[in-house]
Amino acid sequence: MTKKTVWMGLLAVAVSGTAWAEEDQIELKPGIGREQVMANCVMCHSLDMIQINSPFMKKEKWAATVNKMRNVMGAPISDEDAVLIVDYLTRQYGVD
Amino acid sequence: MLTRRKFLKGAADLLLVGAGASLVPRWVAATELPAGTIAASLLESLPGKRPLIKRTYRPINYETPIEYFSSVITPNDAFFVRWHLSQIPEIEDRAWRLDIGGEGVRQGMTLTLDQLKYEFEAAEITAVCQCAGNRRGLSNPHVPGVQWEKGAMGNAVWKGVRLKDVLARIGLDAKTVEIEFNGADTPAYEKTPDFVKSLPLDKALHEDTLIAYEMNGAPLPHLNGGPVRMVVPGWAATYWVKKVVSIAALTRPAKSFWMSPAYRIPRDMFPGVRFTSQEKEGDATTPVTELVVNTLIVNLKDGQKLARGETVTAQGIAWDSGNGIARVEVSQDGGRQWQLAQLGTDHGRYSFRQWTFAWKPEAAGTHSLSVRATNNAGHTQPLEPQFNPAGYHNNAVQRITVEVV
Ligand code: HEC
Repeated sequence: MTKKTVWMGLLAVAVSGTAWAEEDQIELKPGIGREQVMANCVMCHSLDMIQINSPFMKKEKWAATVNKMRNVMGAPISDEDAVLIVDYLTRQYGVD
Repeated sequence: MLTRRKFLKGAADLLLVGAGASLVPRWVAATELPAGTIAASLLESLPGKRPLIKRTYRPINYETPIEYFSSVITPNDAFFVRWHLSQIPEIEDRAWRLDIGGEGVRQGMTLTLDQLKYEFEAAEITAVCQCAGNRRGLSNPHVPGVQWEKGAMGNAVWKGVRLKDVLARIGLDAKTVEIEFNGADTPAYEKTPDFVKSLPLDKALHEDTLIAYEMNGAPLPHLNGGPVRMVVPGWAATYWVKKVVSIAALTRPAKSFWMSPAYRIPRDMFPGVRFTSQEKEGDATTPVTELVVNTLIVNLKDGQKLARGETVTAQGIAWDSGNGIARVEVSQDGGRQWQLAQLGTDHGRYSFRQWTFAWKPEAAGTHSLSVRATNNAGHTQPLEPQFNPAGYHNNAVQRITVEVV
């Protein structure tokens, strides 16, 4: 967040250089399973895909999303990692 | 931002109990982006672009801030950017090739950009390019996907050649049912479905469907699909395949994840034409096709302070799938009574149509302005979004709340 200014919904305009490298600055919330998310969910898109889809999914919706990534998008994620990932996403980026 | 909006809603609820009850409609729905979307939003410049609102870095998904819709044509450097797959090659004009083939043609052909430009008649059209999921972020309840607010759209003058002219040169087999388009973008991982879309034959052969190489008088920008993209006026942007490099005539309906189950709506929920060759028995969905009628207020914001007794002119745009806008109306009482807004110049049936509404708030307090458009087919906008699982076609009446002091 150093070069950028958080969007305030106002007309004020903050400019940074290029966006391409900026995704490194995405910080996921701490918690068990974060490591597995960072290892398995960055291949095809930046991790803000997770942030923006929060917090409104219940556990079964996050499970369905992770299943979609595995079964439809082809994400190579082990069953053990998938369990940890769904728990993490539900706790940190979901709703009860 | 969230707290400010929350506060506004609280204020509105209070008014319902008090004397100002008539000013605030009862259908105040949850029309906020998810909190996580708001927190992750930044204004940021991509190469060749003015600052746009970042939704995701990769694939590049950035939306246009509403201010830019105060001009009827959306500037190229402010036009939204939407990709599904992250590998997006920059293709030089002289390296670009378009392969045309498929089972429905006897012999395929390959065109260079110069051939496309100089061997076919040029055509130009002003048309709205809007993501089917524009305003998904305002779905109630929220649904997963890129959480667009209101700027996953733009209006531009597109120049290219007619797809039907190009297909006429090779001739189509009578058994052709759909025309399929593939762009040069590829997934980061080989198992992810490639982004391939198809159109029914009648829409593909429509004289307004273009293979375009210019946008607003300039070469089509890389991030908006340059050097060449499809332009499918009236239909959702999912069919406007960017960086198109192959076109195939299909004698059987296309099978691709991006045609089914993605980009589907319940069959009878919206007035757009049904894409019947893509419908399946035992599944009540049809692909998203034509845009729904919609409007946007561009110069007033929720929570804005206005002076009592001073005339303000609300400005906005309205658009639909090409029937054309018949009227735009504004309501100050949450949708009971409506007054006509003034329509601006007609730039063609697929274009944004500007409108204005002069308004003099006489009383201090919280006021709401709601706006709706009706098209020449008699379709208008619902007060609440019509819920569907992927949040497409959100054209709920926009209502803003202003403070008159
Ligand atoms: C093999 C590629 C790949 C991997 C790995 C992957 N995704 Fe995705 N993901 C996609 C694609 C493709 C989309 C659709 C993007 C679009 O439509 O713009 C997507 C979309 C999403 C969405 C938006 C909702 C939706 O269903 O479209 C979420 C949330 C998401 N991914 C989460 C994850 C999480 C969590 C992981 C790790 C468990 C993950 N992804 C790993 C390819 C992948």
